[in-house]
Amino acid sequence: MSEDALFAEVLDPANRADPYPIYARLRRTPVSRQRDGAYVVSTHAAIRSLLFDPRLSSEDLPPSRRPRTGNPLTDWVLNPIKNRVANAHRPLIFRDPPAHDTLRGFVMNEFTIARVNGLHGRVGALVDTLIEQCRGRDTVCLVDDLSYPLPVAVICELLGVPEADEPQFHAWATQLATALEPDARRDDEARRVTVTTFDAIAAYMRRLIREKRRHPGDDMLSGLARPGRAGAPAMGDVDLIATAVLLLVAGHETTVNLITNGMLTLLRHPHELDRLKADPERAPRLIEELLRYEPPVHFRTRKALGAIEIAGTTIPKGAPVILLFASGNRDPERFADPDRFDPDRADNQHFGFGGGLHYCVGAPLARIEAEIALVTLCRRLVRPTLLDDPPPYRAGASLRGPSNLGIRIAGIA
Amino acid sequence: MTGDPGIVIVGASLAGLRGAEALREGGYDGPLTLVGDEPYRPYDRPPLSKHVLAGELPPEATALPQQRPLRAHWRLGQPATALDRTRKAIRLGDGSEVPYTKLLIATGARARPWPGEGAHLAGVFTIRGRDDAAALRLALARPPKHVLVIGAGLIGCEAASCCRDLGVPVTLADPNPTPLARVLGTLVGGTIVECLRRADVAYRAGTKVRALMGEGGHVAGAHLHDGGLIETDCVIVALGAVRDTEWLAQGGLRADAGGLTCDAACRALTRAGDPDPDIGAAGDVARWPNPLYGGREMTVEHWGNAVEQAAHAARSLLRPDDPRPYRHLPAFWSSQFGINIKAVGLAEGADAVAIVQGDRAAQRYLAVYGRSGRSIAAVSFDQARWLPSYADRIAEGAAFPPILDATDQGRVEILAPGFPPARPGPAADERMREMAHV
Repeated sequence: MSEDALFAEVLDPANRADPYPIYARLRRTPVSRQRDGAYVVSTHAAIRSLLFDPRLSSEDLPPSRRPRTGNPLTDWVLNPIKNRVANAHRPLIFRDPPAHDTLRGFVMNEFTIARVNGLHGRVGALVDTLIEQCRGRDTVCLVDDLSYPLPVAVICELLGVPEADEPQFHAWATQLATALEPDARRDDEARRVTVTTFDAIAAYMRRLIREKRRHPGDDMLSGLARPGRAGAPAMGDVDLIATAVLLLVAGHETTVNLITNGMLTLLRHPHELDRLKADPERAPRLIEELLRYEPPVHFRTRKALGAIEIAGTTIPKGAPVILLFASGNRDPERFADPDRFDPDRADNQHFGFGGGLHYCVGAPLARIEAEIALVTLCRRLVRPTLLDDPPPYRAGASLRGPSNLGIRIAGIA
Repeated sequence: MTGDPGIVIVGASLAGLRGAEALREGGYDGPLTLVGDEPYRPYDRPPLSKHVLAGELPPEATALPQQRPLRAHWRLGQPATALDRTRKAIRLGDGSEVPYTKLLIATGARARPWPGEGAHLAGVFTIRGRDDAAALRLALARPPKHVLVIGAGLIGCEAASCCRDLGVPVTLADPNPTPLARVLGTLVGGTIVECLRRADVAYRAGTKVRALMGEGGHVAGAHLHDGGLIETDCVIVALGAVRDTEWLAQGGLRADAGGLTCDAACRALTRAGDPDPDIGAAGDVARWPNPLYGGREMTVEHWGNAVEQAAHAARSLLRPDDPRPYRHLPAFWSSQFGINIKAVGLAEGADAVAIVQGDRAAQRYLAVYGRSGRSIAAVSFDQARWLPSYADRIAEGAAFPPILDATDQGRVEILAPGFPPARPGPAADERMREMAHV
């Protein structure tokens, strides 16, 4: 396999269960040009350096394009306006400073530690209820039974989205998450579907925000929709919708992987599972090691605004850049014995939540959810064993995780 | 005393502590003694002029965490008063002697006292140690009617910022047109002037204080060189620091008011100019030829240097067979008026400055300094995240400006940095070190 086709290998579903050997080959050239002109960055040092490089832009999405309808008014007036608005108001993960900083500031004002910590009891109750529902069965299907419904319920509650509406945007969220995968960007049809999906979810959000303004609750969406106090600016409606959609999708599509990857890893390392069960205090370090060892998001893409010389390669102006976080996490130059799962690892500076100015906004929430879910699963599942190893995987190479995880159990404690 | 006296570290502050940790980390297993003139275990100084003055942190809460067990013998509350290299011992203030096999000198610096009349009046403060900060905090909590800060360097500006947060009226006096003029130039210093204006600090540019006068033993006013008078009942003297090298006078080392001269590996030089392989130096007191600046001798009185240089000097003591040059890009940070300021490199001597990212009018930007077409320094106001990228470019001597095609970058204009004319006297690194002057 030649080096400039290695990233295609990463995208190949056949390698989903174990992409790490490909990452190891990629790391031989820390910044490696692929056949399509994209540059894959795979070592810890190079990723770290680029995360803080001002020449790397997150505004790398192709322009929004709505499908032709045959109606001239729609095709020549309304949709071009909609496209322009969408291009100008991307959600903050696709924005650079200073717009990014302003938008993130609004979100952080609402995504407070107090609000997140306040969810502790609720997460615990949800986990217990979801596990209780498995009583009487000899098999748990972890994704359907817990990893998916838990973060979805939590993000809905946090945002203030009625849970009854959840099935509706389950499909939307899945569709929008696939738009993050590089394959989807190249495919015109997939892009059109993304735009249509976004319009649908945006219309839903618009209605919900109107509702929140009429009857504000103490949820995040009510907070974000509140007019600025004492002359302070408020988020514009289009940005507000984009932000709400982003938080909803992120809440749907990432933590599910962290919990499932976590349980998979523990079942593959039963000794660690027993230790966690005996001593839940081990959880925080164990979660950090999980974020290194099996991160929920394997890579994110950027664009080079100027030529960047790094690690013996020059990334040309305009080139797509792929920051392969999951490979940096396994870099032997940074982590001793990187392919070993070791919760006692010291100085664990992983890229499990990305890094730099786009570092995951929801990290504290993800940590709480994963900790409570894994500790409770270890405590309550009696003699859990894996049904299939490796398990089947979801399609995404970036948002990577099992589509289901069958666990045989001898009961619920 | 029998056997190996081991390694003695003189100076129990940041550099001393990190040096001790580095020795243990490097495998040194023998006796270790830390000597400090203050009665306290090592503490962190940056919070003293910020959170401690503001009353957000009690002075004793600044203790530095120990990152590994040191198994050290602490001799606190006694200054070192003399070094005897022939007998390999130091003398302490109480007359006792401490022998050493190897010595790490990290005695740092102390606040430059008010040089004129009125230095001993009540209500006149400096900020260097924990006790200084505690005393000033008490005075500010009272509160005073009007504070005069002499010297608009980093400490002076931070103190003024704290006073305003506490609602105390402040005058800030400095001979230069803007604060931090010698460190960052008047163009960038203009941003601080904006902050001062917004925070309602009376900035007296071009002002030199001649004498402090008192009433009943308490400071009551400051006479200016131009004949003016500022009424004040609390004076903060922020005129930089002087290095603690007097105790080395008879030690046969190259020590003077500018510091203790070392070789590139941070080993102290004897008068003859050879390194003493058994004596290392680190932190504010150590003057060494920095390879990053073509071997120019400098002292760097910043937090990051204390940490890195201590580790380097410790290594040089443990590995006399393998001395390595200490390459260091100076860096500092400050928080004042709600803004986080971070800088890398030495800006003084720059002939150009460019705003490369952000918005100067919004006081949120990153500026790079150039000299003869090379990038030599960068400073950020609430834009610190990009600074490491610029630091790398500066360390490698990249062209000026070093980074174009960046996010949040408008049209890059090359401007004059506006450094005040060089004063006769101390060497260049001396001047850059003195943050404020009268």
